[in-house]
Formats: sequence, C-alpha cells, structure tokens
Amino acid sequence: MNEKPTGGPELSCPLPLPHHDRIVLGHGSGGKLTGELIEHLFYPALDNPVLLRGDDAAVPPIEEVMEEGDSLAVSTDAHIVQPLFFPGGDIGRLAICGTVNDLAMVGAQPLWITASFILEEGLSYEDLERVVQSMRDAADEAGITVIAGDTKVVEHGQADGLYISTTGVGRIPAGRETSGRNARPGDTVLLSGTIGDHGIAVLVARGELAFETEITSDTTPLSSLVEAIYSTGAEIHTLRDPTRGGVAASLNEIARQSGIAIFLEEDRIPVRDEVQGACELLGFDPLHIANEGKLVAFVPQESASDVVESMRKHEYGREACIIGRVESDPEERVLMETGIGGTRIVDMPAGELLPRIC
Amino acid sequence: MKYLDEYRDGTLVRKVVDEIRDEISAPWTLMEICGGQTHSIVRSGLDRLLPTQLTLVHGPGCPVCVTPLETIDRSLAIASRPEVIFTSYGDMIRVPGSSTDLFSVRASGGDVRVVYSPLDALQLARENPDREVVFFAIGFETTAPPNAMSVLQASRLGVGNYSVLVSHACVPPAMRAILSWPGNLVQAFLAAGHVCTVMGYWEYPPIAEEFSVPIVVTGFEPLDLARGISAAVRQLEEGRTQAENAYPRAVTFEGNRPAQALISQVFETCDRKWRGIGEIPESGLRLREEYADFDAEKKFDVGSLTTEESSVCIAGEILQGRKKPADCPVFGETCTPEHPLGATMVSSEGACAAYYRYGRDS
Repeated sequence: MNEKPTGGPELSCPLPLPHHDRIVLGHGSGGKLTGELIEHLFYPALDNPVLLRGDDAAVPPIEEVMEEGDSLAVSTDAHIVQPLFFPGGDIGRLAICGTVNDLAMVGAQPLWITASFILEEGLSYEDLERVVQSMRDAADEAGITVIAGDTKVVEHGQADGLYISTTGVGRIPAGRETSGRNARPGDTVLLSGTIGDHGIAVLVARGELAFETEITSDTTPLSSLVEAIYSTGAEIHTLRDPTRGGVAASLNEIARQSGIAIFLEEDRIPVRDEVQGACELLGFDPLHIANEGKLVAFVPQESASDVVESMRKHEYGREACIIGRVESDPEERVLMETGIGGTRIVDMPAGELLPRIC
Repeated sequence: MKYLDEYRDGTLVRKVVDEIRDEISAPWTLMEICGGQTHSIVRSGLDRLLPTQLTLVHGPGCPVCVTPLETIDRSLAIASRPEVIFTSYGDMIRVPGSSTDLFSVRASGGDVRVVYSPLDALQLARENPDREVVFFAIGFETTAPPNAMSVLQASRLGVGNYSVLVSHACVPPAMRAILSWPGNLVQAFLAAGHVCTVMGYWEYPPIAEEFSVPIVVTGFEPLDLARGISAAVRQLEEGRTQAENAYPRAVTFEGNRPAQALISQVFETCDRKWRGIGEIPESGLRLREEYADFDAEKKFDVGSLTTEESSVCIAGEILQGRKKPADCPVFGETCTPEHPLGATMVSSEGACAAYYRYGRDS
C-alpha cells in the first residue's frame, strides 16, 4: 500500500494509509475507519447476538431472565488507570470488574454491560486489542455480556491513552435486601481477603518508586463469591467493595448510611507483608488503599461463621475473616482496637494519598 | 512482618507500660520532638494506655509544619512559572500558603510533581534540559543529606537547570529554644530517632547538662516509644538528667559521619524562622556560597517575598508544647485535613492531623 502507483505519479492521488498500527482521529469519525474498528476489533472480541445486531440501541432479552418479584440494578462507572497494563490486570478487566462488583454489592446477578471508550490519538492498536480481549475474558468469568458500546477519539495529549466507562445491568432475585443502609448493631463485619493489593500494585507498576515488589492487583469479578455468600441462606445486610479510599472509606460510608458505629480489630485485618512494607515506606495506611477484588459484608452474628466458611471455599475468598462488629453509638464512626490494645479512629482518607517526607 | 511486628507486640508494649505505671510517682511532662512519633503514639493508641500522671506534649519536629509561610508563598510563586517543573515531597503539596496551595497551582496549569527523592528531581532536570527543575528541599537533619547529595551531583554533572528551594531546620537549637522559654513545661525530651540515625546524639549531653533535662533517643514503633518513655520517666524519678539511647538498633553516639560531612560540605548554619514559633538563632541550613547557582530563591528572585500568618490558627503554641489541638476553637470545625488552616493539620506528621485522624474525642 505504501508503494506509489505507477504510470505518471504527478497525476495520481496517493492512497490513504490503512492505519492499522495506531489509533488516529479518523477512528472516531463515524466513517469508514470507525466501521473498520468495530468490524475488526470490537465485534470479534465481544461477539454476541445482541451486540451484533448493530442497531442504535441494544435490545436484550429481559423477559427471559427476570422472574416475579425480581428487581433490576443499574450501575455506571468510569475507569482511568495508569499504567493501562499492570500486574494482575489492565484497564479492560478493571472496567468490567468495577461495574460487575458494584452490581454484586446490592445482591444483583450481572446480566448486561455497555462500554464507551475515549481513545487518545496514537494509542497502539495492539494495546486496544489486548484491552478489549481482556474485557471479554473478564465478562465471561463474571457471566455478563457486552451488548452496546461507543468509541470516541481525542487528540494526542487530551487523554491518558484510554478511558473506559461502563454501565451494567443486573437482576436482584426476590428476597434479597442488601444495602449500605441495612447494617445494624449486633452485625459481624467480614472481609473477603487481604487489603491494599490493587493500589500498591498499580503504584509500583508506575515505576516511580525506587523499589519493586511481587504484588499483583486483585482485580476480579466478585459476583460468584457473592452468590456463594447468599447460598448460605443468611440474611446479608450490607455488602461493599472497598475500591478508592479503601476499607476505611467504605466503612465510614456504611457507618453514616446505617447510623451505626463500627469497631474493628487491627490484628484481624489481613495485609500482605509486601503491601504493609510499601505502606510503611510511603507513610500510607493499608486501610486507605484501593482494592478491586475484595468485599466487606455485614451479617447477623449467628450467621458469621457460615458466611466466612462459604467465602473460604471460593477461590476469591480464601483468606476471608471476621474483622469487627457493629455497635449502636450516637456517633456514626469507625473505631479500631489497635494491635497493642489502644483505640483509634479510622477516618476517611483526606483527598489524594501523598507519600510523606521521611 | 519481620522487624516490625516485634515492635508492635501488644504483650511486650503492655509490659513496659506496666513498668512505667509501677515506677511513676509524680506528674511528669514529656515532649516527643518528632511528629512521626506523635502520629505513632496516637495511631497505636499508646496515649490511652499510659498512666494519667504522664503528659505527652508534641514538639516542633514536623518539617512541613514549621516551614515558614513566606517560604511556602515563595514555592507557589516559583511553581506558577511556565518554565518550571516544581518537585516536592508529597506532604508539601497540600500545605496552604497565604492564598493558595501547590495543589491549586497544579490545577491552574503549573507543573507540580511529587517525587520520592531529590535525586529523582535531578534526573528530571537532566531529562528536561529546556525546563527549570526546582526541588523543595525541606526537612530536618534526616532529609538534609539526600538534598545535599542532589546539589553536589548537579554541581559535578553540570546540571544548570536544577535548583533547590531550601528550608532546612536543625533540632538541637529548637530544643534549646523550648527549654529557654519562660513558662516552659517540658521536663524531658524523647529525641527523634530518625534525626539521630544521621546525627548521632553527641549534640545532646551538653543540652541535658545545661538545662538539667533527660533526653532519650527514641524510635517510632509502639514498643520503641514505650521504652523511650520508660527510660525518661526512670531518669526523672531517679533525679538523673542524661542523654540516653533507647533506640540502639538504629542509632549510635557518633551517627552517620559521612552523611554529616555531606551536610557541612553543601550547607552552612543560619538563623531561621519556624512557622508559628518565630526566629531561632543558628537553627537553619542554607546553601554555601559556592553552591549559590543552585539556590532557587536567588535564581527566581523570590527572597523579598514576605507574608503574615492566619490569626485564628494556634499551630505556634501547639508546636511549642503549650497547647493541645483540642484547645483550638477551630479544630475539627473550620479546620480539617480537607480544609486546613494551618500546617499542623496538613502534614502526616502534624499534631492536629494526628488528633483529627486517630483520636478526635480525646
């Protein structure tokens, strides 16, 4: 294609380049290049009959999945991460898991998801392919189908490679009453595994720190773990995935939503040595670090051990444990008994996490 | 986690606390110099385990907190310049100047970047020869050696587009100043373990003798702190006033001599303002004349910029150990880590931030 046409070069128009190695503005123009991107990249990777109809809106077979008394859950989330690929995941997997997990936290079984992409001019085609394939893999694992999407391209320098916004729909089977407002005194607080893995993995992957670790992100869809929890038959009052702001932010939100106080026991909270070490160096609190494959659950005390047992049998809940309890307290807050037997407040992180001076 | 869990062992800590309780017969007031120690005390809840006769007051050892307002305003003026990449340790980014902070400068288009070491800033200067890279060189004797090293390297490599905005402070002159104040309450010091890993504690025996005050070099983990407190209480009970090392796993009497030599090679002592406290003679470090080319204050001509402090913030009295954060009328009300009125609410080592985060009700 790069060869000049023969027979009087001064009279002929040069053929446009196919642009198969990098994203150019034309890929978002709505014209031929956009069509090519959809046909050659998105359709093959995300392949399913609802998406492939190619209409302006997807028409999923809702009547086939909903039963009497079920309700619908909808969640939307924008995903930005740097670097786009990090140990344990990438922005594509994150974009699926983030929304799937938000659905799962209200007891919803994931059904359908849409994705809109903001691509930066110059993004490698191969990277985009990898990201979209990773979305498909995560979606298959979560049992959710990508049924609609959109792509826009912005000029070089106006985005950080690639942003993905996803909106998911799920079905809440009749009888599930799970909400951040439902935690109550007497509940036991459970955690599905080690905290801080995602945040530290991504921070280290940026390559700005003078140390390396083996930590991998925990980016995973939690829907099957949540089903395992419900299968115990226990009343699940509250579920939440402690993403940005970490466990501290999630528990403070729940304390406020439910009007309760939460008491944690520091010694029970599982933190990997590598994560603890990185936090010590940088002056971070592991409770403030993001997770992408963990959940906290509030259940009645009498069901706690059954629920922990059900989580431990699942591959994403092997290190599940009890970390605290709910008490009634006029002040809606989170307190923690420290390792040495003192007590302290566990607060929301204040804005951006900043490494300390010394 | 090895070398950490041992020093956070509840049984061992409570044993030392019990010893303190058995030993103490009178009310004593101790000052922990370093803000890192303040945070560790409140974060671990050690303060709530200690006998009530013991009062801990928080010292001025938070580098972010004592950086004068005008230095912060100078940093903001430099960071706003289009040719500048302004680099800093994370804590400084949120500290309010008289009208704005580095976060806002960044939001308005300034190129402000968090680095983990001044050598990263120097590397940035080498990678961006058409920009001016400035590092905000703040801190005590702990950060002085790496900051000095960056200047020395820049000088050796001939990196002309690197400079440092220096606001270094030294601990011993501040201890003397606190002990000299009329109405001083401090009866013993827990000296800052990190500073002593660099400086040793050869500077302390004369202070202990002159002011009749026990000075105990203390670490940062709960057990280190409990041991430091225990040693200080024992000295007070026995009427001794010595410089003592309760952090021998990290600190020697001599300290790190090559690091000390590096500091003296690049910096010289000068009088210095401490935010909220005022000027303390011979308590600061500035670049020696032969490194003047690397002095951002001169390069960008911001030395004449001066400013006034907020009148409601009582950070000064807190840094002097005269008041506690809860004594402040705006603490936790209009002054919070999200909207700090003074530096003690900002820094991860600031006393107000420690109280707000971990023990608001005390």
